[in-house]
Amino acid sequence: MELGPYLVLATLEGAITAAVLALTAVGLSLVFGVMRVVNIAHGEFFMLGAVLAWWIAQSVAGHPAIGFALALIFAPLLVGALAVAADMTILKRLNYDPERTIVATIGLLYIIQQLTLMGYGPDARPVEAPFNTRLAIPWFERGAEGWQMIWPWGLGTTTYKLAVIGAAAMILCAVWALMTRSRIGLVMRATQADREMALAFGIPVERVYALVFGFGAALAALAAVLIVPIQQAHYLMGGDPLLLSFIVVIIGGLGSLPGTVLAAVLIGLSDGIISVFFSPTLAKIIATLLVALVLVFRPQGLFGGRRT
Amino acid sequence: MLRLDKVSAGYGRAQVLHDLSLEVTAGEIICLLGRNGAGKSTTMRAIMGHLPLMSGKIWLDDTELSALPPHNVPRAGVGYVPQGRRLFAELSVAQNLEIGLRARGNGPEVREDVLTLFPRLRERLGQKAQTLSGGEQQMLAMARALCLRPDVLLLDEPTEGLQPSMIAAIREVITGLRDTGVAVLLVEQRIDAVLDIANRVAFIENGKGGPIMSAEALRADRSAVERYVGV
Ligand SMILES: Nc1ncnc2c1ncn2[C@@H]1O[C@H](COP(=O)(O)OP(=O)(O)O)[C@@H](O)[C@H]1O
Ligand SMILES: [Mg+2]
Repeated sequence: MELGPYLVLATLEGAITAAVLALTAVGLSLVFGVMRVVNIAHGEFFMLGAVLAWWIAQSVAGHPAIGFALALIFAPLLVGALAVAADMTILKRLNYDPERTIVATIGLLYIIQQLTLMGYGPDARPVEAPFNTRLAIPWFERGAEGWQMIWPWGLGTTTYKLAVIGAAAMILCAVWALMTRSRIGLVMRATQADREMALAFGIPVERVYALVFGFGAALAALAAVLIVPIQQAHYLMGGDPLLLSFIVVIIGGLGSLPGTVLAAVLIGLSDGIISVFFSPTLAKIIATLLVALVLVFRPQGLFGGRRT
Repeated sequence: MLRLDKVSAGYGRAQVLHDLSLEVTAGEIICLLGRNGAGKSTTMRAIMGHLPLMSGKIWLDDTELSALPPHNVPRAGVGYVPQGRRLFAELSVAQNLEIGLRARGNGPEVREDVLTLFPRLRERLGQKAQTLSGGEQQMLAMARALCLRPDVLLLDEPTEGLQPSMIAAIREVITGLRDTGVAVLLVEQRIDAVLDIANRVAFIENGKGGPIMSAEALRADRSAVERYVGV
């Protein structure tokens, strides 16, 4: 394959990474923005979403689309409920202290990971995509008779991959509408701005925190359900999403929703392209370097405004 | 109406308030007067439930405020205008008011009443709170609290850093509220301003309550002002 078609392929792979990463990182960013909690266990909520999706999908008979649809609904709900329980039993007791919650969520990370290893085992298991038609992508080349359309071998994608990108975009729009257009979004933003003033205006801050923690975890789980037909569920799969989400949240500006999405697109695309042309390790190295540069020269993030 | 009964409170182990007692009745303005750091703001935060009490109780009529979770204190009828305004800066004027309204489930008629008191805010409903001038921000902080239709209003230095015309407008609103039966607890540094609008003055020094005097008595004999505020 020539460079051009290869680049198209890499961009498509990058767009899928970006879509899933944006969902995961928005969850992390919301939790940090509203609660000031750095959730180290966020990647494990992602992993649980994938594992639960496998469990739900393999336990229902019939067309794979049925199992997948059930997973899409129930895996995020279950993970969200677990996160709410973790918030009320652990984080609330620590009074949401920024340092102690870091240690607590590190503990949560290992608990979730080891329990999953005990219950689900060390294998990577696939979930069948609900639909998976191959689509060839045409390429244009200048030949003897001017421009002509060709179908390079290997240049293609699947309907499912395109659907992942579309679904992620729709979910992100819904989250944005929730934050800016709904009452609960208003309450969440007020809590984010000034916890004490939120209390002084009757907002039950602890209930808002539990909700936000559950919602953030559910977003990570949802991202995982979308990716698991492409990537397989494994008990250690939470590491990369956690690292990349942190990178995205820092580059995008802490707590800024549009910034987080833009940074996810930037990191996802470059991760896809660099991984295809060079190596995944180089992609992570460059992303981490970018974070270091942002932290030194633009600590508020590339897209975040200066926080007051 | 609002009663502090031997309240002790502080930050962590540093005690700031020592057995402070105070009563605010409906339809009066009582002014809390004391030096910087005397514990005036801390008193208000204790009433709002933002600080745990070490001992003592706080009552609103027959409701023990100090036994409620903090978010139920405003729902019981306490409006709070904090020092430094602390608006929801990124939210619009309308959204700041919305948050005030929803605290006690008040509807558009309360919003109308409040906007009638502060007509300048009506012209800026879509603007972010942080883009308002200082005086407008203070008006919004008061308007937001009045959206609760509070029975008790806590005002922490509401005229700090404002122009004289703004100060006059805000004082007019405060006396108007008093005349509709609201109990007002006011922290204010300007002694002359205080004597003009307060019914009673309570002194506080190092977190301990001093004498509580009527404004007339204080106008006649200002020695307490010198002792507790040092002017
Ligand atoms: N957040 C805080 N943490 C610890 N100490 C505080 C805090 N806020 C105020 N203080 C202390 O409490 C005392 C009273 O402060 P404050 O109530 O703000 O005084 P005032 O409003 O009368 O000027 C001061 O000694 C101040 O240093
Ligand atoms: Mg003060």
